[in-house]
Amino acid sequence: MKNSLTIFKRELKSYFTSPVAYIIIVVFLIITGWFFTSNLFVAGVITMRSVFDIVPFILLFYIPAISMRTFSEEKKSGTIELLLTKPISDFEIVIGKFLSTLTLAALTLVPTIVYVISLKTLGPVDFGSIISAYIGLVLMSGIYVSVGLFASSLTENQVVAFIVSFLVIFVLFMLNKILVYVPAPLVSMLEYISSDYHFSSIARGVLDTKDLIYYFSGMSILLLLTKTSLESRKW
Amino acid sequence: MSIKVENLSKFYGTQQAVKDISFEVKTGEIVGFLGPNGAGKSTTMKMITTYLTPNNGSILVNDIDAQENPIDVRRKIGYLPEQNPLYQEMNVVDYLNYTAELQSVPKESIPDAVKKMIKVCGLEEVKHKDISELSKGYKQRVGLAQAMIHNPDVILLDEPTSGLDPNQIIEIRKLIRDLGKHKTLMLSTHILQEVQATCDRVIIINNGEIVADGTTDSLQKSFQGQLNIHLIIKKDPKYGREKLISSLETIKNVEKVKVISDDENSWTVDLTATKGIDVREEIFKKIVSLDMVLLELHQDETSLEDIFRKLTT
Repeated sequence: MKNSLTIFKRELKSYFTSPVAYIIIVVFLIITGWFFTSNLFVAGVITMRSVFDIVPFILLFYIPAISMRTFSEEKKSGTIELLLTKPISDFEIVIGKFLSTLTLAALTLVPTIVYVISLKTLGPVDFGSIISAYIGLVLMSGIYVSVGLFASSLTENQVVAFIVSFLVIFVLFMLNKILVYVPAPLVSMLEYISSDYHFSSIARGVLDTKDLIYYFSGMSILLLLTKTSLESRKW
Repeated sequence: MSIKVENLSKFYGTQQAVKDISFEVKTGEIVGFLGPNGAGKSTTMKMITTYLTPNNGSILVNDIDAQENPIDVRRKIGYLPEQNPLYQEMNVVDYLNYTAELQSVPKESIPDAVKKMIKVCGLEEVKHKDISELSKGYKQRVGLAQAMIHNPDVILLDEPTSGLDPNQIIEIRKLIRDLGKHKTLMLSTHILQEVQATCDRVIIINNGEIVADGTTDSLQKSFQGQLNIHLIIKKDPKYGREKLISSLETIKNVEKVKVISDDENSWTVDLTATKGIDVREEIFKKIVSLDMVLLELHQDETSLEDIFRKLTT
């Protein structure tokens, strides 16, 4: 785990040595800020709802954008060979990269706490459901980051990695919105696979084990797939 | 501090990149792994570093099996891959700290290890610069520093001087020689002079097979001084080709006779003579005594380049 921490630190730092992370965070805040303020001032409702409704959509693009380079860049520049010949296991590398990317995603959410504080000054706020919605967003980001890492481990082309992870995440997100077109026996299964279905249930303020199991098993499977993809060089 | 490779094979799909090779590198040796591009040098090195897994055969580094204990083997090895990949956005000190940490150098000795490498590899002037700003020569030094930061027993360098200018090449070679004194060092190259300048021993590999293995001295001795004599003889209806060869072979000190081409009017023949003996006169007399016409005769000494070319084409 010490090795994962070493990789985690370097990766996180490398996000912030280039301007890209700052730009992405600013864009993220502009979009969520617009939805927050328009709801507050135009509709006159004291709620975080509008922010929590829009963030899952932004994550569709945002997570592929921050995770596409994790392995692709190292494959392209050849540094992956340095990393994989160090005395660390492939899985430690995957975990280090996963945690750093997820941390960046979570850090992006931190400034939105300002919205919560300003709501608090205006009226009563349901902290329970807000906290669980934040947890839901982090878990959702977690499963998307795992998809992004896997896509990135498949190719040395960042654009391909972006498109592949976006498509997979998009399908995961949309599954519970197409249920009317699906034969009845499949409905409950597709619903269970959908990331948004579990998020909406958490965002309502209910932390159900069913949802937690979904997110954690999904992340585990995808991270193991990423590790397998790294090992495929040996086949 | 040794590398022992036995019956190593590697396939890429159906193509066999490394064919059943075996060799040993002992403590303190500097071994040059020489071969044309695509001969299987890098593939072999990648298998020793456990980046790739062989299809067949075994690799022991310090008597540790590379396939059973890859992590332990990696601890013993310092590796500079081909093209010297580096994290361009990091600065030199950060990068060396990072690799030291990954190589599990104890936390308290990391600053000393980094300082030492900066001194040994001559990176003092550029240590706070980003790697992307460095010249190729300095980048190569960073690559070397990275490979040796954990004071490994075994160092593997894949084409350490490719793409450098002549001055940089000389500096890097000197660095390698100095570093190699107390280590087991293996470097791959397709440049002959490099092996002559830095290595004690050379393994020549071609098409995935080892074609020569010996100290540079012995290899040079066994081939140098050997004379190649090139003859063109006019064809004569009285004699067949076999007859000509057999009579040339009767000359004292002639070792090998080979007809290279056989066109309408003449035979072109290559002769190898015993080292240090001039047989030109004997050949001339022999041909005259056979009543044949000698059109051309010249002799050249085999250079290391010739040996290399002979072995690898």
